Amino acid sequence: MWRIFTCILGRDIRLAMRRRTDVLTTLFFFLIVVSLFPLGVGTEKQVLRTLGPGVVWVAALLASMLALERLFAADHEDGTLEQMLLTPQPLPILVLAKVAAHWVLTGLPLAVIAPLICLQYHLPETPRLAMMLALLVGTPILSLIGAIGAALTLGLRGGGILLSLLILPLYIPVLVYGAGAVTVSSIDFADTQPYFSLLGAFLLLALIFSPLATAAALRISLE
Amino acid sequence: MKLFRFSSPATFYPLAGKMIPWFAVLAAVTFLVGLYWGFFETPDRLGGTNPQKEYYRIIFIHVPAAWMSMWIYLVLAAYSAIGLVFNTRLSFMMANAAAPTGALFTFLALWTGAFWGRPSWGTWWDWDPRLTSELILFFLYVGYLALHSAIDDSRRADKASALLAIVGLVMIPVIFWSINCPDPNQCAALHQRSSMSNMEPNILWSMLIMTFALWMYSFAAIFMRIRGIILEREADTTWVRELVVAGQR
Repeated sequence: MWRIFTCILGRDIRLAMRRRTDVLTTLFFFLIVVSLFPLGVGTEKQVLRTLGPGVVWVAALLASMLALERLFAADHEDGTLEQMLLTPQPLPILVLAKVAAHWVLTGLPLAVIAPLICLQYHLPETPRLAMMLALLVGTPILSLIGAIGAALTLGLRGGGILLSLLILPLYIPVLVYGAGAVTVSSIDFADTQPYFSLLGAFLLLALIFSPLATAAALRISLE
Repeated sequence: MKLFRFSSPATFYPLAGKMIPWFAVLAAVTFLVGLYWGFFETPDRLGGTNPQKEYYRIIFIHVPAAWMSMWIYLVLAAYSAIGLVFNTRLSFMMANAAAPTGALFTFLALWTGAFWGRPSWGTWWDWDPRLTSELILFFLYVGYLALHSAIDDSRRADKASALLAIVGLVMIPVIFWSINCPDPNQCAALHQRSSMSNMEPNILWSMLIMTFALWMYSFAAIFMRIRGIILEREADTTWVRELVVAGQR
């Protein structure tokens, strides 16, 4: 089971590395959205500091959601996905591997460049660190929940915009506690502990239930 | 099994047709009673030091609509689960028929909430947890309806939107909790004190009667919609053809 997991994970990452633009577009989308906000709301330091955590998180939500469309689309088009459904390996494990690869390619880069991006919002060092940690815990949840939506909207006309309608409301808890952790950390980092506990709990729950739901959704979509 | 006789669209169609007038009349009567009670038998002012004036009466629509919107989502998810487990066509149709009515009630609750908020809070919209939760519920309904209408194959549409409804149901407590308590450092108590206990019984009664009226209305509306869905889906079957022929005569 572990072998099949690493096999799919390695394959998806290798495929993405052959076409790096896909990974970079997500990253640049994130960068552009975050950079647009100060141009819209004004560049006053205090305003940006209060807005920063929420804006960066919403941008991360949108970026990871936009990349979701590609999670199953390519494999669906060339028939690989149907073969995966026919293999004797448990489908939730395959799904988990694909979601893990998706996170490595979208969530992880976002979390890594987030401290740099937060400089645009004049956030001090502690909130920047908190932002990176919160994104590290939070973005896998986004990928896991999003995978259900991606599987449900597989191969539909206008799937991308539909996906956002289905998935964005479900992202709310992650957004609330993710951005909340960053806001609180600017006062006292110790106060962020319950936020991270909650995010961690969400992650564990999503890790267990999302692959099962996604597998069921894939079977419905490819019936 | 007598119990499952009406789980077939062919037998449920005439039953629903017979029940619609009953529910519609019941809804109309209780609606009138509830509104009369709410408008003429309740005090003109609510609260102690800074009383709400006549405008508080919007709760007779607002609260029942909000309750019904949540209840219908539960019904929708329950029918979705039954449909996925037992693979019964009628359960999916029931879930589909319930969704627009539920969405309507969330919209009503938001609309009347804004109307109440204007005189009492001085603003059309406030990020009050209850109002925000209702907005999110509205989004969930819209997502359900959008997914169902985006898929042409009705079997896949039924199952996919059913799964979405169940995922939504699992997420709803988490979402509502995160809206209610954005700062976990300050949420020691899990239970909120209910505002029901110190409510005047007269007001509570008319609210309950209105809830019953909206509930009966939902039955009538959902049954009318499900009859349409049944005819559409079963158009190729002989019993629908016989019905059409009988109607033309």
